[in-house]
Parts: sequence; structure tokens; C-alpha cells
Amino acid sequence: MDLIFTILLDGLIYASWLFIVALGLTLVFGVLKILNFAHGGLYALGAYGAAIAVPFFAGLGMPEWFSLLAMFIAAAAVAILIAPLIERGLLRYFYGRDEVLILLITYAVFLILEDVTKMIFGVNPYYVFEPRNLLGNVEMGSLFYVGYDLALIGLAIVCGLGVWFGLNRTRIGKITLAVIKEPEVSQAMGVNIARIYLLAFGVGVFLAALGGAFTSPLISVQPGNSVSVIVVSFAVVIIGGLGSIPGAAIGALIVGIARAFAVYELPEAEIFIIYLVMVAVLIFRPEGLFTPIKARKI
Amino acid sequence: MNPILRTFGLAALGALVFIAIGLVVPAWFLFTMTKAVGFGLVALGLVGLLRGGLLSFGQGLYYCGGAYVSGLMANWAGVTDMIVLLSVGCIAGGLIAALVSPLVARYRGIFFAMLTMALSMVAYGVLTKIAAIGGSDGFNVPKPTLLGYHLAETGFGLYAIAVVIAALAAAVCRVHFDSGLGLIASAARENELRIEYLGASVFSVSTRSFILAGGLAGLGGTLNGVALGHVDPFFSYWTTSGEMVFIAILGGYASVTAVFGTALVTELVRSFSGQYFPESWQMLLGIFLLLVIVFLPRGVGSMWAKPAKNHAIRSIKEPAT
Amino acid sequence: MSGAVLEVKGLMKSFGALVAANNLNVEVMPAARLSLIGSNGAGKTTFVNMVTGYLKPDAGQVKLDGKDITRLPPRLITRAGLGRSFQIPQLCEAMTPVDNILVALEIAGDGGSVFRPARTKGSLDRAVEMLERFGLERYAGRPVNELPGGVRKLIDIAMSLASRPRVFLLDEPTSGVSTEEKFPLMDKVMAALEGERSAVIFVEHDMEIVTRYADRVLAFYSGEIIADDAPDEVLNDPAVQKYVTGTAR
Repeated sequence: MDLIFTILLDGLIYASWLFIVALGLTLVFGVLKILNFAHGGLYALGAYGAAIAVPFFAGLGMPEWFSLLAMFIAAAAVAILIAPLIERGLLRYFYGRDEVLILLITYAVFLILEDVTKMIFGVNPYYVFEPRNLLGNVEMGSLFYVGYDLALIGLAIVCGLGVWFGLNRTRIGKITLAVIKEPEVSQAMGVNIARIYLLAFGVGVFLAALGGAFTSPLISVQPGNSVSVIVVSFAVVIIGGLGSIPGAAIGALIVGIARAFAVYELPEAEIFIIYLVMVAVLIFRPEGLFTPIKARKI
Repeated sequence: MNPILRTFGLAALGALVFIAIGLVVPAWFLFTMTKAVGFGLVALGLVGLLRGGLLSFGQGLYYCGGAYVSGLMANWAGVTDMIVLLSVGCIAGGLIAALVSPLVARYRGIFFAMLTMALSMVAYGVLTKIAAIGGSDGFNVPKPTLLGYHLAETGFGLYAIAVVIAALAAAVCRVHFDSGLGLIASAARENELRIEYLGASVFSVSTRSFILAGGLAGLGGTLNGVALGHVDPFFSYWTTSGEMVFIAILGGYASVTAVFGTALVTELVRSFSGQYFPESWQMLLGIFLLLVIVFLPRGVGSMWAKPAKNHAIRSIKEPAT
Repeated sequence: MSGAVLEVKGLMKSFGALVAANNLNVEVMPAARLSLIGSNGAGKTTFVNMVTGYLKPDAGQVKLDGKDITRLPPRLITRAGLGRSFQIPQLCEAMTPVDNILVALEIAGDGGSVFRPARTKGSLDRAVEMLERFGLERYAGRPVNELPGGVRKLIDIAMSLASRPRVFLLDEPTSGVSTEEKFPLMDKVMAALEGERSAVIFVEHDMEIVTRYADRVLAFYSGEIIADDAPDEVLNDPAVQKYVTGTAR
């Protein structure tokens, strides 16, 4: 019984950061119809950003709790600095072109980001412990959990609800939904599509960086994390269905719990269980769980 | 003259010329050219896939598969004959591709790209964990032989074999691309629904290109495993696959020989940049990839001048309500 | 034995609460010229899509020459002898008309071979001959995405005819075609089918085309066939005039 609980909770924690990152990926795909390969690189930038921002603000004499805010600031800074550069500077020239061509372009961006990150931050690992010690430990039955890890679950829920609320309950969100459905019609009706695309891309980058920033206390921040992030978050969104927010949530949960199960019960399978789940889902539903099956008009 | 015979005749001529060139160049260049052939073979398979509208980010898997299977055969069974090893590696690559094709050949576009990449990363992860075949260190491959003779230390023998293989592969691909089946594959890139309604199976077309690409990658992996004298899981790492994609895109999909040239250039730039800018190889690749896409759209990008497509062939069958 | 080349029995399809096909029964004789009429959403296209394998029916059966083709994938239905054209032409856009036809002929032949080059003198001659039958030879060398709508429609139809279907379904052949072009287009299609004894079924909104080219008309309304007779009879049917042609007083 305890084991099941442990697996579920560990899975939930893992699913939380996965969801935050995958949410950004699926949002960008939903609005811009772009699979952003550089998403993993932006995640890494968020992690490095946190590794710089947390000690920086501590050095300014800010209170300890400020380190949580510092991680947000780091993610926002990455989004504000990088998103316009990539979207306005490069991607917008390729809208409407074949999706594979755009994937190649974001792949190229990813390669460049990788080395630029290495040049700026070096190859030695960074560690950010402070935020994780901040929220104490929580006792659950016979087990102790780090409060920070549990708070990640809350953060994921806030991110998911925030994006949902932003899309469905705000004016700009409703315009975005209209752009997703009918880009040409929206543009003809006077919607500034460029602004919507930049905004959606910015939010996507922010979520990638946020995922990276809030994961940084759990890992050593060093080169080489980013590729597995893009591959795993792609697995998550493909399980749920590309472009679907509930799909990303379900996908993250399935992947998180499957991985936690492997860690405790089948350690040899840890590295590939995610893909095994993905393959199993795709065999039965090639479009993912939540994609409405589209018919092309012929 | 029969166009097929003509193609093979030209290939034979080309092979002779390059073998002659091999007699006068320094040993390090022979080695670089041999390795370039290994990469070029993988890229040639990618070109075949690209002609059918498929981009694989995971050719490293079949490259690695060929290298491992032939390398293990050399170590465990003591077979060092290049003809046997290359055949085994080629079959291994094709066989692995055939095993995964039922899953991936249903997809196109970004799904195909990402699924193939995920599979290669699984292979990488698994290989690093299997201690019996060296784990993340890999293992050494014994010196090759040909029909009982040892190949010279200068590397000329291996280079000559590589040239012959390259010529043969280029000729086979040229014949395939120009054939009726090749034309149908290009048509599937343009409109898979139309191809299905004409009575052909897009799935079979994709599977065929995929297995061919897997076989070529296995061939390339064997060649490079033997040339380097060592194989490791890095053969299946995403950066390896990414370099193959780069070489293929740079070469373009119209030509079957360009990939060998671009592979050589890529190899040369890599070894020089390794000396002068050790941490910027990925960045160079990225920048060049962008430059090629932006400034060389014809030949390289002309295949993409079309609207986006459905991902899963099956997804076109039922409408949303 | 009814002698029908195509038999459709009890075909049903609903999308959620919408019944798009309610117990459709049709028999089509060889060499028939059958037109399907009905307003948008009446179920014509659903019928065509179910018969040609694009949609799977909820219930019912489709038989071609007595062989059950229900729920087969499109390519097997095509190979069984039932061809279709598309309302929106489905072409290989970056290729020339000649290459499009070459692809169609390759697949209709032996499905393509590695050992036979695609472009031989013989194959090119046959492709150009096919284009000539539709008066398209002057467009042979340009990518099809640069060609006008009527030409694209004809290329689409020509490709579908490469397999010499015994039953040929045309989905709105004259939609998007100018008034001056529509009769020549239909004349070319009918001429190309002359002597093939193929049954032709075409979805059509234009009653001039219907009365000129059909010898039988099916009128669809709300997923059902409300009339099935000679063109004059159907067009004078009060229900058809009320729900389909809108000519009721």
C-alpha cells in the first residue's frame, strides 16, 4: 500500500515539471503549428537562469523566500530576451511552410543554443539548493517528502489553470482561440496575428524556462539535459495529442507514474519505459488520446 | 543503352577514378574520406526518405545497429572479412528498420522525425547499460581482412572498399529513384491521399524507403566501426543522427553523389573546428543549416514548397463531429 | 442476379446526433449515368465517401460486381474497380501534369517496379496521349499548382481514370469551374468514358448538367434518398422541388 502511494506521489511530482514543459510545447504547436525543437534548450536556459538569479538575489540581501521569486524572474527574463529573437527574428519568415522544414529550423536554433549556453555558462555543473530547503519536509504516513517537491505539483496546476483561464476567459485568449481555428479569417477581421504569435511563443518559452528553473534545485545544472527534455516532452504531448492542454496533463501523468513505477519495480526499464508507454498508446491511437480525428475536406 | 546499365557503368568509372586518387593522397586524408563514405551512406538513405517526404532524426540507430552487429561478429565469431561484415551490417540495419517500420511508417512529418529520434535515444540508453558489450565505452573492432588478405596499415585497402561500396550504393539509389517505384514515392510526398486512391499503399512506399535507408545506415556503421577500430553507443546518439541529417540536407535530394561530397566537407570542417573552436561544432552545424535552408532553397528546400500535411495516414479517415 | 455492377444496401452513418445516411439502397447498372443531387448537408458526399472507403459506414453493405467492398481501405476499393474524383482536386502539386499521369499509370499498371525506369519513351507517350484525350497537352510541362481550376479538375479526373474503373464516382466535377468551361469539361469526361461501359455516378448542383448528362437521378434530403428515377420525373417531384431544387411554388 505504501509502495503504491509512493509510486503515485513520485510519479505526480515528476509529472508536474513534465507538464509545465510539455504545456509550453503543446501551446506553441497549437497556436503557431510549430514543433519547437529548441524547447529543450530553453528549458536549459531557464535552469541556468535560476542558477544565476538565486545566488544573485541572495547576494543583494533579499530574504530566503525570495529565491522562489528569483526563479520566476529568471524564467521571465529568458522569455523576454529570447522569444522575440527567435520568433520575430527567424520563425515568422517560415510560417505556412512545411512543418518539417520548420522543425529543421528550430533544430538548428537548438544546436546554436546548446553551444551558446556552453560558452556562457561553461561545462561545469551549477547547484541551486536554497529553494528546496525552504519549504521544509512533509510527513506522509511513514515517509517524508520535501515540501518543495510537493509545491511543484501546485505550480503545475497553477500553470495549467492559468493557461486554460488565459485562453478561455480573457479577451486576448479568445482571440488566440480564433486564430488557432481560422488564422486567415481572424487576420481579415483585423486581428494582429503577429502579436498573438509572439505572445503565444513567449508564453511557451516562459513555461519551458519555468520548468527548467524549478527543476534546477533537483538536479545538477549542466550541458546535456536539453535533448532528453525535448524528446520526453514530445512523448508526453504525443500521448495526449499534440495541441491539447488536457492531453498534456494526462500524458504527463501517465509518463510520470510509469517512470516512478519503473524506478521502484523495474529499474532496468527506467530509461525506456516512457517510450514504451508512448509506443503502446500510438499503436492503439495513432493520433494520441485527445486529438479529435480530423478529416481533410476532399 | 539500357539506362540501368549506364548508371552502373558510370558508377564503376567513378569508383576507378577515386581509387586512383587514393593512391596519391596522404594517409590521414584516406582515413577522412573513408569515414566520409560511412556518413555519406547514411545520408544517402536519408535522401531516399526525404524524396518520399520523410525526415528521420534517428538514423543513428541503424548506423549503430550495423556497427554493433558486425563488430560483435568480428569479435565473437572471429570473422574479419569485409565482404561478410558489410553484408551482415547492411542486413542488420535493414532488419532493425523493418522491425520498427510498422510503428513509424504510419506517420509522416514531425511525428516521423521525433519518433525515429526517440527510438534511437532508447537504443543509446539501453546500450550504455549492457556491460557485456562494453556499456558506454563500447568495444574495439579487430583489423579487417579481404578474402584472406590483411588490409594495409595505410588504410588504402579499406578506402578502396569504401569507394566501391559508395559507387554501388549511389548506383542502386539512382536506379531506384528513377524507377516507377521511386516516382510513386515522390508522389507520396506530395499527396498521400491521392496515392491511396490510385491504388497504392503509402505505408508500403514509406516502409520500403525506410528499410533501404536502414540498410544503407548499417553499411555506413560497419564501415566506420571498422575504420575507427572501435564502436560505442555514441553511434546511436542524437548528435550523430543530427549530423547525418545535416549532410543529407546540404547535399539535397536530387543527387545521389552530392552527399559523399558534403560528408567529406563536413568531416574536414569538423576536424579543423575541433582544433580551433572545440566547443562550437554544434553551433557551426546550426548556423550552416540555417544558411542552407534560407539561401539554398532550390534543390535543398524545393521539396518543401507545399502546404503542411496530415501526420497519421489513418487520421484522414474519420471526421470530427 | 440483378445484373447491377454496384449494389448498396442499408447504408447507415451518423455523426453524433446528425444522421448523415439513413438506410441508403442503390443499385447501379453497367454504363449507367447516375446523378446525385441534394442541398449541402443532404448526405451526397457522405454517400460517396462511404462507397469509396474514405468513411466507414455504421451499418450496411457495398458490393462491386457481387464482391463485398464495405470498409475496405480506398486503395483496395480502387483496385477492385471503383474509381473516384475529388471535389477539391487531389494532385501532386509540385509535379507536372505528365508526372501526375505517369504516377497514376504506374500504379494502375503493376504498381511500379524498381527495374523499370519511370520515364521511358513508351510511358511518356502514354501519359501525353492521356492528356490529349482531355485536351491538356499544352499544359504538360508546368507544375500543376500553377494551373487554372478547370484544368486541375480534368487532371484529377484523368488520374482517377488510369485504373479504368467499372464504376466511376465524380464528386462535383463542375464546382469551381466557370460557366463556359463546365459543358466542355463534362463532354470531355463523358467522351473519355465512351466505350468503357463504366457506370458513372456524379454529385452535381447544376441542374443543367444533371438533365444533360444523367439518365437517372437520386435526390438526397437529410440523409435519405427521397427520389430515384429518370431526371424529368425526379425534377418534377414536389418533394424534390421543395427540398432540393427550391423550384416549388
